[in-house]
Amino acid sequence: MTPVISGAADTAVGRLDGSGCMALHAEAASAALADAGLRADEVDGVLCAYSLAEPHLMLSSVFNEYFGIAPSYSAAVQAGGATACALVMQAAALVRAGICRNVLAVCADNRLTGLGRNGAVAALAEVGHPQFERPYGMSIPAAYALVARRCMHERGVTAEHLAAISVTQRGHARRHPKAQARDPLTMEQALSARMIADPLRLFDCCLVSDGGAALVVSAADAAADHTDRAVSILGYGQMNTHEHAFAMPSLTDFGCRQSAAQAFAMAGLTPADIDVAEIYDSFTITLLAELESIGFFPKGEAGPAILDGALELDGVLPCNTHGGLLSYGHSGAAGGMFHIVEAVRQLRGEAEARQVAGAETAFVHGDGGILSAHCSLILGRA
Amino acid sequence: MTSTDAAPAKPVPLVTADTRAFWDACAEGALTFQRCAACGHVQFPPRPFCTECRAAGPGTERSAGLGTIHSFTIVHRPPTAAFKADTPYVLALVDFDEGFRLMVNLRGCPPSEARIGLRVCVLFEPLAGGGALPQVRLLVE
Ligand SMILES: [Zn+2]
Repeated sequence: MTPVISGAADTAVGRLDGSGCMALHAEAASAALADAGLRADEVDGVLCAYSLAEPHLMLSSVFNEYFGIAPSYSAAVQAGGATACALVMQAAALVRAGICRNVLAVCADNRLTGLGRNGAVAALAEVGHPQFERPYGMSIPAAYALVARRCMHERGVTAEHLAAISVTQRGHARRHPKAQARDPLTMEQALSARMIADPLRLFDCCLVSDGGAALVVSAADAAADHTDRAVSILGYGQMNTHEHAFAMPSLTDFGCRQSAAQAFAMAGLTPADIDVAEIYDSFTITLLAELESIGFFPKGEAGPAILDGALELDGVLPCNTHGGLLSYGHSGAAGGMFHIVEAVRQLRGEAEARQVAGAETAFVHGDGGILSAHCSLILGRA
Repeated sequence: MTSTDAAPAKPVPLVTADTRAFWDACAEGALTFQRCAACGHVQFPPRPFCTECRAAGPGTERSAGLGTIHSFTIVHRPPTAAFKADTPYVLALVDFDEGFRLMVNLRGCPPSEARIGLRVCVLFEPLAGGGALPQVRLLVE
């Protein structure tokens, strides 16, 4: 049975005082079901991610109990920033296999109010290897800075290339009424912001946010009974090459190459066919490295192209049109799901002031760990 | 609760059965790695099998402790308060000449002088609870 995305929704994002992890899950789930035209009891599959603010061994069971549903299939997935895309891939597989008709995929966390910025930074640093990284004071920004430095050395990436990413995405976020960071940002501000992990400065790093997002993946015939706004899932793929920074097989070429190649082959498309891209941007270098590994730009050419406006709404590859993790918001696995929700809105023509004219194909990518776990999706206007 | 200005302790290596011999060697000033007798694959960290050919029991060898900086960053915003007093510090990936890579701190060198390609050699810093952590300093040739 052909899987489609039948519903997509997100909560407010940013500092949501008094928010709770499960309440955000439920809010996003309810909105996504309403968007799909489904009742909660029509959901027969639930996929969840994980939470730092309210960790639990079995988050999908915790969610089901809280939301008051008892789906016949339920599981939680932990693949860091790749999780949201992986949930869609898994939901599509469940639908294809005939195991589920309507799978609810839901992610949320209240990292900003639940942990605070320092707490979130410290909690995330624990992904470092307990013997060979954490004793050295590795942080997640530091690990990505190792990638950035090597890309500068091998590929000619410059601080200006990176700053142009944060400035471009801030421009997109300013067109999104819900984005967390909407103040104007100039190249000068980005290039002179305080250093976090050299060469990455403040605006090279993503936000810490509260928020949630959810999708419904349905069998096409099930969706057709409830909505005429379903989005096609044209292709997907995954690749996992390592986990820890010291074990990266390359600091300039990543598993998104293979995960995207799988997705493109399945869709019968090439990067040149993509109208809008929503690509994981935990740091500016994350996006730049992925753009080149995936094949949207030849090696060494993404940075100059970005400076030239390639990622603008009218550029060759409109990218992270909601503002991405850098400016829209990042609340754990929901951060990656914001990218998918935005792709759905672009394909439905519902992106309002940031709509890419005539968007019919979207590429979405998530990466987890230190560019470790990759999952790519290609979506299309139905 | 009365607050104190003392920094919280840095994380210490959480030694496992796989790595006890490695850390014991560090305590005695030796940096070790594994080489598979069956296929010659060099690997780190130590494991009871070869990740290349799956043969059991890769042999342990002592490294000459010389390597090259593959990449580095200067950390200004530490992961926790335990590292605050050290900032800015250099975190580097070092390729040792025998073919394995470690994440370390570059010691005894102003952060502004860190470069990719610099030659370094291992040194061992004592850990509070005993044992030693391998680090690097510039190699003066
Ligand atoms: Zn072997």
